[in-house]
Amino acid sequence: MGLKAGIFAAVLTMAGSAWALDDPQTKLADPMESGMWDYHQIDILGDPADIRFDDRVVVRGPVEAEDSLNVPLLVDASAIPDVKRIVVSADYGPIPHILTYYPETAEAKIALRFKIDQATAIRASVETHDGSWHVGSTYIDAAGGGCTAPAHAYASDDWEEHLGEVRGRLWAASGRARFIVDHPMDTGLADGIPVFIIEDLALETDAGVKLARIELSEPVNEDPAFTLYFAPGTLPASLHVRGRDNNGNEIDGLISQGSLN
Amino acid sequence: MTLTRRRTLGLLGASALAPASGFASPRLAYALVPIEIGDGVWMVEGSTDYFSMQNGGAIVNVTLLRGDSGLIVVDSGPSLRYGEALKTMALGLDIRGVSAVVNTHHHPDHFFGNQVFRDVPIHALGATQAAAFADGEAFADNMYRLLGDWMRGTEVVPPTAVVAGGDLVIDGRMFAALPLSGHTAADLALVDRATGNLIAGDLVFFNRAPTTPSADLDAWRASLDVLADTEASAIVPGHGPYDTVGASVAQTRAYLDWLEATLRQGARDGLGMVELMDLDPPAEFAGMGAMPQEFHRTVAHLYPGIETEILPLGN
Ligand SMILES: [Zn+2]
Repeated sequence: MGLKAGIFAAVLTMAGSAWALDDPQTKLADPMESGMWDYHQIDILGDPADIRFDDRVVVRGPVEAEDSLNVPLLVDASAIPDVKRIVVSADYGPIPHILTYYPETAEAKIALRFKIDQATAIRASVETHDGSWHVGSTYIDAAGGGCTAPAHAYASDDWEEHLGEVRGRLWAASGRARFIVDHPMDTGLADGIPVFIIEDLALETDAGVKLARIELSEPVNEDPAFTLYFAPGTLPASLHVRGRDNNGNEIDGLISQGSLN
Repeated sequence: MTLTRRRTLGLLGASALAPASGFASPRLAYALVPIEIGDGVWMVEGSTDYFSMQNGGAIVNVTLLRGDSGLIVVDSGPSLRYGEALKTMALGLDIRGVSAVVNTHHHPDHFFGNQVFRDVPIHALGATQAAAFADGEAFADNMYRLLGDWMRGTEVVPPTAVVAGGDLVIDGRMFAALPLSGHTAADLALVDRATGNLIAGDLVFFNRAPTTPSADLDAWRASLDVLADTEASAIVPGHGPYDTVGASVAQTRAYLDWLEATLRQGARDGLGMVELMDLDPPAEFAGMGAMPQEFHRTVAHLYPGIETEILPLGN
Protein backbone atom coordinates (compact mmCIF):
# COMPACT_ATOMS: atom_id res chain seq x y z
CA MET A 1 0.00 0.00 0.00
CA GLY A 2 2.99 2.29 0.49
CA LEU A 3 3.45 2.68 -3.25
CA LYS A 4 -0.20 3.44 -3.87
CA ALA A 5 -0.29 6.04 -1.15
CA GLY A 6 2.83 7.63 -2.61
CA ILE A 7 1.25 7.96 -6.04
CA PHE A 8 -1.91 9.29 -4.47
CA ALA A 9 0.03 12.02 -2.73
CA ALA A 10 1.93 12.82 -5.90
CA VAL A 11 -1.28 13.23 -7.87
CA LEU A 12 -2.65 15.60 -5.31
CA THR A 13 0.49 17.67 -5.40
CA MET A 14 0.56 17.77 -9.18
CA ALA A 15 -3.05 18.69 -9.50
CA GLY A 16 -2.37 21.56 -7.17
CA SER A 17 -6.08 22.05 -6.76
CA ALA A 18 -8.33 21.84 -3.77
CA TRP A 19 -9.18 18.27 -2.84
CA ALA A 20 -12.89 17.60 -2.81
CA LEU A 21 -13.30 16.28 0.69
CA ASP A 22 -17.05 15.83 0.38
CA ASP A 23 -18.49 12.57 -0.83
CA PRO A 24 -20.37 12.73 -4.11
CA GLN A 25 -24.14 13.00 -3.70
CA THR A 26 -24.46 9.42 -4.99
CA LYS A 27 -21.59 7.41 -3.58
CA LEU A 28 -20.75 4.27 -5.61
CA ALA A 29 -18.85 1.12 -4.75
CA ASP A 30 -15.96 1.38 -7.23
CA PRO A 31 -15.26 -2.08 -8.72
CA MET A 32 -11.67 -0.92 -9.39
CA GLU A 33 -11.21 0.40 -5.83
CA SER A 34 -8.87 3.05 -7.19
CA GLY A 35 -9.42 5.55 -4.39
CA MET A 36 -9.88 8.34 -6.93
CA TRP A 37 -13.28 7.70 -8.44
CA ASP A 38 -15.33 9.79 -6.02
CA TYR A 39 -13.16 12.76 -6.87
CA HIS A 40 -13.55 12.34 -10.64
CA GLN A 41 -17.28 11.71 -10.32
CA ILE A 42 -17.54 15.19 -8.85
CA ASP A 43 -14.81 16.94 -10.82
CA ILE A 44 -15.21 15.51 -14.33
CA LEU A 45 -18.88 14.53 -14.41
CA GLY A 46 -20.22 17.38 -12.24
CA ASP A 47 -21.50 15.20 -9.39
CA PRO A 48 -24.64 13.81 -11.03
CA ALA A 49 -27.26 12.23 -8.74
CA ASP A 50 -28.38 9.58 -11.22
CA ILE A 51 -25.27 7.48 -11.70
CA ARG A 52 -24.22 3.84 -11.45
CA PHE A 53 -21.54 1.41 -12.59
CA ASP A 54 -23.06 -0.50 -15.49
CA ASP A 55 -21.69 -3.65 -17.16
CA ARG A 56 -23.29 -2.56 -20.42
CA VAL A 57 -20.51 0.01 -20.78
CA VAL A 58 -17.65 -2.12 -22.04
CA VAL A 59 -14.16 -0.61 -21.82
CA ARG A 60 -11.39 -2.72 -23.29
CA GLY A 61 -7.66 -2.20 -23.59
CA PRO A 62 -4.50 -4.23 -23.16
CA VAL A 63 -3.74 -5.58 -19.68
CA GLU A 64 -0.48 -3.72 -19.92
CA ALA A 65 0.45 -0.68 -22.02
CA GLU A 66 3.30 -1.66 -24.30
CA ASP A 67 3.78 1.87 -25.63
CA SER A 68 2.74 4.45 -23.04
CA LEU A 69 2.32 7.01 -25.83
CA ASN A 70 -0.11 4.86 -27.82
CA VAL A 71 -2.48 2.87 -25.61
CA PRO A 72 -5.43 1.48 -27.53
CA LEU A 73 -8.91 1.54 -26.07
CA LEU A 74 -12.27 0.32 -27.33
CA VAL A 75 -15.35 1.74 -25.62
CA ASP A 76 -18.67 0.13 -26.46
CA ALA A 77 -21.86 1.48 -24.89
CA SER A 78 -24.09 0.44 -27.78
CA ALA A 79 -26.18 -1.70 -25.40
CA ILE A 80 -27.38 1.51 -23.74
CA PRO A 81 -30.15 3.34 -25.61
CA ASP A 82 -30.23 7.07 -26.26
CA VAL A 83 -26.63 7.99 -25.48
CA LYS A 84 -25.80 11.68 -25.46
CA ARG A 85 -22.07 11.53 -24.71
CA ILE A 86 -19.28 9.29 -23.50
CA VAL A 87 -16.61 10.76 -21.22
CA VAL A 88 -13.36 8.78 -21.28
CA SER A 89 -10.95 9.40 -18.39
CA ALA A 90 -8.02 7.98 -16.43
CA ASP A 91 -8.14 7.90 -12.61
CA TYR A 92 -4.40 8.48 -12.22
CA GLY A 93 -2.44 10.88 -14.36
CA PRO A 94 -1.72 14.60 -14.46
CA ILE A 95 -4.69 15.23 -16.81
CA PRO A 96 -7.57 12.80 -16.14
CA HIS A 97 -9.94 13.76 -19.00
CA ILE A 98 -9.03 12.03 -22.27
CA LEU A 99 -11.97 12.83 -24.52
CA THR A 100 -15.72 13.26 -24.71
CA TYR A 101 -17.53 11.57 -27.59
CA TYR A 102 -20.90 12.77 -28.88
CA PRO A 103 -22.11 9.92 -31.12
CA GLU A 104 -25.01 12.01 -32.57
CA THR A 105 -26.03 9.69 -35.45
CA ALA A 106 -23.34 7.06 -34.79
CA GLU A 107 -23.38 4.07 -32.46
CA ALA A 108 -22.22 4.68 -28.90
CA LYS A 109 -18.90 3.01 -29.62
CA ILE A 110 -15.44 4.40 -30.30
CA ALA A 111 -11.89 3.12 -30.74
CA LEU A 112 -9.11 5.50 -29.70
CA ARG A 113 -5.52 5.69 -28.50
CA PHE A 114 -4.20 7.70 -25.60
CA LYS A 115 -1.11 8.48 -23.54
CA ILE A 116 -0.89 6.81 -20.15
CA ASP A 117 1.20 8.17 -17.28
CA GLN A 118 1.10 5.25 -14.86
CA ALA A 119 -0.96 2.17 -14.05
CA THR A 120 -4.53 3.32 -13.69
CA ALA A 121 -8.23 2.57 -13.93
CA ILE A 122 -9.73 3.87 -17.17
CA ARG A 123 -13.39 4.92 -17.21
CA ALA A 124 -16.05 5.48 -19.79
CA SER A 125 -18.92 7.49 -18.30
CA VAL A 126 -21.99 7.44 -20.49
CA GLU A 127 -24.69 10.08 -20.19
CA THR A 128 -28.07 9.42 -21.79
CA HIS A 129 -30.34 12.18 -23.01
CA ASP A 130 -32.45 11.92 -19.86
CA GLY A 131 -29.42 12.77 -17.74
CA SER A 132 -28.62 9.37 -16.22
CA TRP A 133 -25.01 8.21 -16.06
CA HIS A 134 -23.61 4.70 -16.64
CA VAL A 135 -19.95 4.00 -15.94
CA GLY A 136 -17.70 1.22 -17.22
CA SER A 137 -14.07 0.59 -16.26
CA THR A 138 -10.93 -1.30 -17.09
CA TYR A 139 -7.48 -1.36 -15.55
CA ILE A 140 -4.27 -0.87 -17.53
CA ASP A 141 -0.78 -1.40 -16.13
CA ALA A 142 1.93 0.85 -17.50
CA ALA A 143 5.58 1.79 -17.24
CA GLY A 144 4.49 5.38 -17.38
CA GLY A 145 5.82 8.70 -18.52
CA GLY A 146 3.53 8.87 -21.53
CA CYS A 147 2.11 12.25 -20.68
CA THR A 148 5.36 14.00 -19.92
CA ALA A 149 7.43 12.86 -22.89
CA PRO A 150 7.85 15.28 -25.79
CA ALA A 151 6.05 14.35 -29.01
CA HIS A 152 7.83 12.06 -31.45
CA ALA A 153 7.06 14.51 -34.23
CA TYR A 154 9.87 16.88 -33.29
CA ALA A 155 12.41 14.20 -34.10
CA SER A 156 11.90 15.18 -37.75
CA ASP A 157 12.07 18.80 -38.87
CA ASP A 158 9.25 18.62 -41.42
CA TRP A 159 6.49 17.97 -38.89
CA GLU A 160 4.83 21.31 -39.64
CA GLU A 161 4.35 20.30 -43.28
CA HIS A 162 2.31 17.30 -42.18
CA LEU A 163 0.31 19.07 -39.47
CA GLY A 164 -3.39 18.41 -39.95
CA GLU A 165 -2.99 15.69 -42.56
CA VAL A 166 -5.93 13.32 -42.46
CA ARG A 167 -5.65 9.65 -43.42
CA GLY A 168 -8.64 7.38 -43.37
CA ARG A 169 -11.43 5.57 -45.06
CA LEU A 170 -15.09 4.64 -44.85
CA TRP A 171 -16.37 1.05 -44.89
CA ALA A 172 -20.05 1.53 -45.68
CA ALA A 173 -20.98 -2.15 -45.57
CA SER A 174 -19.73 -2.55 -41.99
CA GLY A 175 -20.51 1.07 -41.03
CA ARG A 176 -16.94 1.95 -40.05
CA ALA A 177 -15.19 5.27 -40.34
CA ARG A 178 -11.51 5.22 -39.41
CA PHE A 179 -9.23 8.26 -39.54
CA ILE A 180 -5.87 9.45 -38.26
CA VAL A 181 -5.02 13.16 -37.97
CA ASP A 182 -1.39 14.26 -37.97
CA HIS A 183 -0.84 16.39 -34.87
CA PRO A 184 1.77 16.49 -32.03
CA MET A 185 -0.90 16.65 -29.29
CA ASP A 186 1.56 18.23 -26.85
CA THR A 187 0.32 18.04 -23.29
CA GLY A 188 2.23 21.07 -22.03
CA LEU A 189 3.80 18.86 -19.38
CA ALA A 190 7.13 18.37 -21.17
CA ASP A 191 9.69 21.05 -20.30
CA GLY A 192 9.47 24.13 -22.47
CA ILE A 193 6.77 22.80 -24.81
CA PRO A 194 3.39 24.54 -24.51
CA VAL A 195 0.04 22.79 -24.85
CA PHE A 196 -0.69 22.17 -28.53
CA ILE A 197 -3.66 19.92 -29.11
CA ILE A 198 -6.62 19.34 -31.38
CA GLU A 199 -9.67 20.37 -29.34
CA ASP A 200 -12.54 19.38 -31.65
CA LEU A 201 -13.03 16.87 -34.42
CA ALA A 202 -16.22 15.97 -36.26
CA LEU A 203 -17.36 13.81 -39.13
CA GLU A 204 -19.45 16.05 -41.37
CA THR A 205 -21.48 15.67 -44.53
CA ASP A 206 -20.91 17.95 -47.53
CA ALA A 207 -23.73 20.11 -46.16
CA GLY A 208 -21.89 20.52 -42.86
CA VAL A 209 -24.13 18.25 -40.80
CA LYS A 210 -22.11 16.73 -37.96
CA LEU A 211 -22.72 12.97 -37.88
CA ALA A 212 -20.52 12.53 -34.79
CA ARG A 213 -18.06 14.69 -32.87
CA ILE A 214 -15.24 14.43 -30.36
CA GLU A 215 -13.83 16.87 -27.81
CA LEU A 216 -10.18 16.00 -27.22
CA SER A 217 -7.96 16.65 -24.20
CA GLU A 218 -4.19 16.44 -23.83
CA PRO A 219 -3.91 12.66 -23.16
CA VAL A 220 -5.21 11.72 -26.64
CA ASN A 221 -2.24 10.22 -28.51
CA GLU A 222 0.02 12.02 -30.95
CA ASP A 223 -1.63 11.64 -34.39
CA PRO A 224 -5.07 10.85 -32.95
CA ALA A 225 -6.60 7.70 -34.47
CA PHE A 226 -10.29 6.84 -34.20
CA THR A 227 -12.77 4.31 -35.44
CA LEU A 228 -16.40 5.47 -35.28
CA TYR A 229 -19.22 3.01 -35.90
CA PHE A 230 -22.44 3.60 -37.83
CA ALA A 231 -25.31 1.34 -38.79
CA PRO A 232 -24.18 -0.85 -41.71
CA GLY A 233 -25.09 0.59 -45.08
CA THR A 234 -25.91 4.09 -43.85
CA LEU A 235 -22.67 5.97 -44.58
CA PRO A 236 -22.48 8.29 -47.57
CA ALA A 237 -19.74 7.88 -50.20
CA SER A 238 -17.51 10.37 -48.44
CA LEU A 239 -17.33 12.45 -45.26
CA HIS A 240 -15.28 15.41 -44.07
CA VAL A 241 -13.06 15.17 -41.01
CA ARG A 242 -13.14 18.70 -39.66
CA GLY A 243 -11.87 20.34 -36.52
CA ARG A 244 -9.45 22.83 -35.02
CA ASP A 245 -6.57 22.94 -32.58
CA ASN A 246 -5.92 25.34 -29.72
CA ASN A 247 -3.67 27.47 -31.95
CA GLY A 248 -6.52 28.05 -34.39
CA ASN A 249 -5.30 25.67 -37.09
CA GLU A 250 -8.21 24.24 -39.06
CA ILE A 251 -8.33 20.54 -39.85
CA ASP A 252 -10.18 19.55 -43.00
CA GLY A 253 -9.83 16.20 -44.76
CA LEU A 254 -12.06 13.97 -46.82
CA ILE A 255 -12.40 10.24 -46.25
CA SER A 256 -14.26 7.95 -48.62
CA GLN A 257 -14.62 4.36 -49.73
CA GLY A 258 -11.70 4.76 -52.12
CA SER A 259 -8.86 2.39 -52.73
CA LEU A 260 -6.24 1.64 -50.11
CA ASN A 261 -2.52 2.27 -50.54
CA MET B 1 6.39 11.35 -13.31
CA THR B 2 10.02 11.33 -12.31
CA LEU B 3 9.64 8.81 -9.51
CA THR B 4 10.50 5.59 -11.33
CA ARG B 5 9.95 2.14 -9.92
CA ARG B 6 13.71 1.81 -9.79
CA ARG B 7 13.84 4.62 -7.27
CA THR B 8 10.79 3.51 -5.33
CA LEU B 9 12.36 0.08 -4.99
CA GLY B 10 15.24 1.74 -3.20
CA LEU B 11 12.96 3.96 -1.14
CA LEU B 12 10.40 1.44 -0.07
CA GLY B 13 12.34 -1.78 0.08
CA ALA B 14 11.36 -5.03 -1.53
CA SER B 15 8.14 -5.62 0.36
CA ALA B 16 6.10 -3.12 -1.62
CA LEU B 17 6.81 -4.95 -4.84
CA ALA B 18 6.78 -8.51 -3.60
CA PRO B 19 4.65 -10.80 -5.75
CA ALA B 20 1.18 -11.76 -4.59
CA SER B 21 2.16 -15.35 -3.97
CA GLY B 22 5.20 -17.58 -4.11
CA PHE B 23 8.32 -15.56 -3.51
CA ALA B 24 7.47 -14.30 -0.07
CA SER B 25 11.07 -14.87 0.97
CA PRO B 26 13.59 -12.27 -0.18
CA ARG B 27 15.86 -15.08 -1.35
CA LEU B 28 15.36 -15.03 -5.10
CA ALA B 29 17.62 -17.46 -6.95
CA TYR B 30 18.06 -18.54 -10.55
CA ALA B 31 18.48 -22.28 -11.11
CA LEU B 32 20.68 -22.41 -14.22
CA VAL B 33 21.25 -25.80 -15.83
CA PRO B 34 23.87 -26.22 -18.56
CA ILE B 35 22.95 -28.53 -21.46
CA GLU B 36 25.94 -29.84 -23.43
CA ILE B 37 25.39 -29.22 -27.16
CA GLY B 38 28.88 -30.02 -28.47
CA ASP B 39 32.42 -30.63 -27.33
CA GLY B 40 33.11 -27.76 -24.93
CA VAL B 41 29.80 -26.03 -25.75
CA TRP B 42 26.83 -25.62 -23.40
CA MET B 43 23.49 -23.89 -23.57
CA VAL B 44 21.36 -22.56 -20.72
CA GLU B 45 17.77 -22.64 -21.88
CA GLY B 46 15.49 -19.84 -20.74
CA SER B 47 11.79 -19.94 -20.02
CA THR B 48 9.61 -19.35 -23.08
CA ASP B 49 7.26 -17.14 -21.06
CA TYR B 50 7.28 -13.35 -20.89
CA PHE B 51 9.20 -11.62 -18.06
CA SER B 52 7.56 -12.49 -14.76
CA MET B 53 8.17 -12.54 -11.03
CA GLN B 54 8.11 -16.33 -11.32
CA ASN B 55 10.96 -16.60 -13.85
CA GLY B 56 12.94 -13.54 -12.73
CA GLY B 57 13.44 -12.58 -16.36
CA ALA B 58 15.44 -15.74 -17.12
CA ILE B 59 13.79 -16.12 -20.51
CA VAL B 60 16.89 -15.96 -22.68
CA ASN B 61 19.18 -18.68 -24.01
CA VAL B 62 22.82 -18.34 -23.06
CA THR B 63 25.65 -20.22 -24.81
CA LEU B 64 29.03 -21.02 -23.25
CA LEU B 65 31.98 -22.15 -25.39
CA ARG B 66 35.45 -23.22 -24.22
CA GLY B 67 38.19 -20.80 -25.28
CA ASP B 68 41.95 -20.91 -24.73
CA SER B 69 41.80 -19.32 -21.29
CA GLY B 70 38.23 -19.86 -20.10
CA LEU B 71 34.62 -19.84 -21.28
CA ILE B 72 33.19 -17.46 -23.86
CA VAL B 73 29.66 -16.52 -22.83
CA VAL B 74 27.19 -15.45 -25.51
CA ASP B 75 24.51 -13.22 -23.92
CA SER B 76 24.59 -12.51 -20.22
CA GLY B 77 20.97 -12.55 -19.00
CA PRO B 78 18.55 -10.03 -17.50
CA SER B 79 20.11 -8.97 -14.19
CA LEU B 80 23.11 -8.72 -11.91
CA ARG B 81 21.83 -11.70 -9.96
CA TYR B 82 21.54 -13.75 -13.16
CA GLY B 83 25.09 -12.77 -14.14
CA GLU B 84 26.32 -13.95 -10.76
CA ALA B 85 24.52 -17.29 -11.13
CA LEU B 86 25.96 -17.65 -14.62
CA LYS B 87 29.47 -16.93 -13.37
CA THR B 88 29.11 -19.56 -10.65
CA MET B 89 27.73 -22.10 -13.11
CA ALA B 90 30.60 -21.37 -15.53
CA LEU B 91 33.14 -22.08 -12.80
CA GLY B 92 31.55 -25.49 -12.41
CA LEU B 93 32.12 -26.19 -16.10
CA ASP B 94 35.62 -24.73 -16.30
CA ILE B 95 37.65 -23.85 -13.24
CA ARG B 96 39.19 -20.88 -15.10
CA GLY B 97 35.79 -19.17 -15.33
CA VAL B 98 34.61 -16.75 -18.00
CA SER B 99 37.20 -15.27 -20.38
CA ALA B 100 34.99 -13.20 -22.71
CA VAL B 101 31.38 -12.16 -23.29
CA VAL B 102 29.44 -11.53 -26.49
CA ASN B 103 26.12 -9.65 -26.64
CA THR B 104 24.09 -10.61 -29.71
CA HIS B 105 22.02 -7.41 -29.47
CA HIS B 106 21.02 -4.65 -27.07
CA HIS B 107 17.82 -6.03 -25.53
CA PRO B 108 18.04 -6.10 -21.73
CA ASP B 109 17.56 -9.86 -21.26
CA HIS B 110 20.70 -10.36 -23.36
CA PHE B 111 23.12 -7.92 -21.72
CA PHE B 112 22.05 -6.93 -18.20
CA GLY B 113 24.31 -9.61 -16.71
CA ASN B 114 27.36 -7.80 -18.18
CA GLN B 115 28.06 -6.05 -14.88
CA VAL B 116 29.49 -9.28 -13.45
CA PHE B 117 31.94 -9.64 -16.35
CA ARG B 118 33.45 -6.16 -16.32
CA ASP B 119 36.95 -7.60 -16.03
CA VAL B 120 36.80 -9.39 -19.41
CA PRO B 121 36.17 -8.03 -22.91
CA ILE B 122 32.45 -7.74 -23.78
CA HIS B 123 32.04 -8.00 -27.55
CA ALA B 124 29.21 -6.69 -29.73
CA LEU B 125 28.51 -4.91 -32.99
CA GLY B 126 29.18 -1.16 -32.89
CA ALA B 127 25.52 -0.28 -33.35
CA THR B 128 24.63 -2.63 -30.49
CA GLN B 129 27.07 -0.84 -28.21
CA ALA B 130 25.60 2.54 -29.21
CA ALA B 131 22.04 1.30 -28.68
CA ALA B 132 22.93 -0.12 -25.27
CA PHE B 133 24.17 3.33 -24.24
CA ALA B 134 21.13 5.07 -25.74
CA ASP B 135 18.35 2.77 -24.49
CA GLY B 136 19.91 1.01 -21.50
CA GLU B 137 18.57 3.24 -18.73
CA ALA B 138 15.02 3.20 -20.09
CA PHE B 139 15.21 -0.59 -20.38
CA ALA B 140 16.43 -0.75 -16.79
CA ASP B 141 13.47 1.27 -15.52
CA ASN B 142 11.10 -1.10 -17.26
CA MET B 143 12.91 -4.23 -16.04
CA TYR B 144 12.82 -2.98 -12.44
CA ARG B 145 9.09 -2.39 -12.86
CA LEU B 146 8.50 -5.88 -14.26
CA LEU B 147 10.88 -7.85 -12.05
CA GLY B 148 11.20 -5.87 -8.84
CA ASP B 149 13.68 -7.35 -6.42
CA TRP B 150 15.16 -9.74 -8.99
CA MET B 151 16.82 -6.65 -10.49
CA ARG B 152 18.33 -5.35 -7.26
CA GLY B 153 21.74 -3.80 -7.83
CA THR B 154 21.65 -4.24 -11.60
CA GLU B 155 23.46 -1.50 -13.52
CA VAL B 156 23.64 -0.96 -17.26
CA VAL B 157 27.07 -2.04 -18.54
CA PRO B 158 27.22 -1.69 -22.34
CA PRO B 159 29.60 -3.86 -24.39
CA THR B 160 33.23 -2.74 -24.45
CA ALA B 161 34.76 -4.36 -27.55
CA VAL B 162 33.37 -3.71 -31.04
CA VAL B 163 33.44 -6.57 -33.54
CA ALA B 164 32.72 -6.64 -37.28
CA GLY B 165 31.56 -9.42 -39.59
CA GLY B 166 33.65 -12.22 -41.05
CA ASP B 167 36.20 -14.44 -39.35
CA LEU B 168 36.29 -13.68 -35.66
CA VAL B 169 38.59 -15.16 -33.07
CA ILE B 170 37.63 -14.75 -29.43
CA ASP B 171 39.95 -16.24 -26.82
CA GLY B 172 41.40 -18.54 -29.48
CA ARG B 173 38.04 -19.90 -30.63
CA MET B 174 37.07 -19.39 -34.29
CA PHE B 175 33.69 -18.02 -35.32
CA ALA B 176 32.04 -16.79 -38.47
CA ALA B 177 30.44 -13.52 -37.38
CA LEU B 178 27.31 -12.46 -39.25
CA PRO B 179 26.41 -8.80 -38.69
CA LEU B 180 22.69 -8.78 -39.45
CA SER B 181 19.58 -6.80 -38.48
CA GLY B 182 15.81 -6.93 -38.37
CA HIS B 183 15.06 -8.05 -34.84
CA THR B 184 16.90 -4.86 -33.91
CA ALA B 185 19.06 -2.48 -35.96
CA ALA B 186 22.09 -4.65 -35.13
CA ASP B 187 21.87 -8.41 -34.57
CA LEU B 188 25.00 -10.51 -34.37
CA ALA B 189 24.80 -14.21 -35.22
CA LEU B 190 27.78 -16.50 -34.71
CA VAL B 191 28.67 -19.83 -36.26
CA ASP B 192 31.06 -21.79 -34.06
CA ARG B 193 33.59 -23.23 -36.51
CA ALA B 194 34.53 -26.22 -34.36
CA THR B 195 31.04 -27.60 -33.76
CA GLY B 196 28.94 -25.97 -36.48
CA ASN B 197 26.47 -24.57 -33.95
CA LEU B 198 24.72 -21.41 -35.12
CA ILE B 199 24.14 -19.03 -32.22
CA ALA B 200 21.37 -17.01 -33.78
CA GLY B 201 20.43 -14.51 -31.08
CA ASP B 202 16.91 -13.18 -31.41
CA LEU B 203 16.84 -13.42 -35.17
CA VAL B 204 15.53 -16.92 -34.48
CA PHE B 205 12.86 -17.93 -31.99
CA PHE B 206 11.63 -21.50 -31.56
CA ASN B 207 8.22 -22.43 -30.15
CA ARG B 208 8.23 -19.01 -28.50
CA ALA B 209 6.62 -15.97 -30.13
CA PRO B 210 9.17 -13.53 -31.60
CA THR B 211 9.38 -10.07 -30.03
CA THR B 212 9.22 -6.91 -32.12
CA PRO B 213 9.88 -3.74 -30.09
CA SER B 214 12.78 -2.79 -32.38
CA ALA B 215 11.85 -4.85 -35.43
CA ASP B 216 12.13 -4.17 -39.15
CA LEU B 217 10.30 -7.10 -40.73
CA ASP B 218 11.85 -6.83 -44.21
CA ALA B 219 15.38 -6.68 -42.82
CA TRP B 220 14.57 -9.55 -40.47
CA ARG B 221 13.42 -11.79 -43.33
CA ALA B 222 16.56 -10.94 -45.31
CA SER B 223 18.62 -11.99 -42.30
CA LEU B 224 16.72 -15.26 -42.08
CA ASP B 225 17.71 -15.90 -45.71
CA VAL B 226 21.35 -15.50 -44.70
CA LEU B 227 20.95 -17.80 -41.70
CA ALA B 228 19.18 -20.44 -43.80
CA ASP B 229 22.25 -20.46 -46.07
CA THR B 230 24.77 -21.08 -43.31
CA GLU B 231 25.55 -24.74 -43.14
CA ALA B 232 25.04 -24.95 -39.43
CA SER B 233 24.75 -28.33 -37.77
CA ALA B 234 22.23 -27.03 -35.23
CA ILE B 235 20.78 -23.76 -34.01
CA VAL B 236 20.70 -22.07 -30.63
CA PRO B 237 17.73 -19.71 -30.97
CA GLY B 238 17.54 -16.57 -28.83
CA HIS B 239 14.53 -18.05 -27.07
CA GLY B 240 13.19 -21.61 -27.14
CA PRO B 241 14.76 -25.06 -27.31
CA TYR B 242 17.90 -26.15 -29.14
CA ASP B 243 17.04 -26.89 -32.76
CA THR B 244 18.88 -29.78 -34.38
CA VAL B 245 16.80 -29.91 -37.57
CA GLY B 246 16.64 -26.25 -38.65
CA ALA B 247 12.90 -25.88 -38.10
CA SER B 248 13.29 -22.71 -36.04
CA VAL B 249 14.34 -20.50 -38.95
CA ALA B 250 11.35 -21.53 -41.04
CA GLN B 251 9.03 -21.14 -38.07
CA THR B 252 10.31 -17.63 -37.33
CA ARG B 253 9.82 -16.66 -40.97
CA ALA B 254 6.30 -18.09 -41.08
CA TYR B 255 5.39 -16.17 -37.95
CA LEU B 256 6.74 -12.87 -39.29
CA ASP B 257 4.87 -13.42 -42.57
CA TRP B 258 1.66 -14.11 -40.68
CA LEU B 259 2.19 -11.02 -38.50
CA GLU B 260 2.66 -8.68 -41.40
CA ALA B 261 -0.25 -10.11 -43.40
CA THR B 262 -2.51 -9.90 -40.36
CA LEU B 263 -1.62 -6.31 -39.51
CA ARG B 264 -2.00 -5.20 -43.13
CA GLN B 265 -5.37 -6.88 -43.47
CA GLY B 266 -6.45 -5.26 -40.21
CA ALA B 267 -5.57 -1.83 -41.61
CA ARG B 268 -7.45 -2.63 -44.82
CA ASP B 269 -10.50 -3.58 -42.78
CA GLY B 270 -10.39 -0.44 -40.64
CA LEU B 271 -9.72 -2.29 -37.37
CA GLY B 272 -8.59 -0.51 -34.24
CA MET B 273 -5.77 -2.03 -32.19
CA VAL B 274 -8.04 -3.67 -29.62
CA GLU B 275 -10.04 -5.35 -32.40
CA LEU B 276 -6.79 -6.63 -33.90
CA MET B 277 -5.69 -8.04 -30.55
CA ASP B 278 -8.97 -9.97 -30.45
CA LEU B 279 -7.98 -12.01 -33.51
CA ASP B 280 -7.12 -15.62 -32.74
CA PRO B 281 -3.65 -16.62 -33.91
CA PRO B 282 -3.66 -19.72 -36.14
CA ALA B 283 -3.09 -23.06 -34.40
CA GLU B 284 0.53 -23.31 -35.51
CA PHE B 285 1.36 -20.14 -33.52
CA ALA B 286 -1.26 -20.16 -30.77
CA GLY B 287 0.68 -22.68 -28.69
CA MET B 288 3.98 -20.77 -28.76
CA GLY B 289 5.39 -19.48 -25.49
CA ALA B 290 4.33 -15.92 -24.58
CA MET B 291 1.28 -16.02 -26.86
CA PRO B 292 -0.90 -14.08 -27.18
CA GLN B 293 1.00 -11.43 -25.17
CA GLU B 294 3.72 -11.05 -27.80
CA PHE B 295 1.16 -10.67 -30.57
CA HIS B 296 -0.52 -7.94 -28.52
CA ARG B 297 2.82 -6.20 -28.00
CA THR B 298 3.52 -6.41 -31.72
CA VAL B 299 0.22 -4.74 -32.54
CA ALA B 300 1.38 -1.82 -30.38
CA HIS B 301 4.82 -1.76 -32.00
CA LEU B 302 3.99 -2.12 -35.67
CA TYR B 303 0.34 -1.34 -36.34
CA PRO B 304 0.48 2.49 -36.23
CA GLY B 305 3.19 2.53 -38.92
CA ILE B 306 1.46 -0.02 -41.14
CA GLU B 307 -1.84 1.81 -40.85
CA THR B 308 -0.29 5.12 -41.85
CA GLU B 309 1.14 3.39 -44.89
CA ILE B 310 -2.14 1.79 -45.97
CA LEU B 311 -4.82 4.40 -45.27
CA PRO B 312 -5.10 6.97 -48.08
CA LEU B 313 -4.41 10.68 -47.50
CA GLY B 314 -7.59 12.75 -47.50
CA ASN B 315 -6.25 16.31 -47.84
ZN1 LIG C 1 15.73 -9.41 -28.37
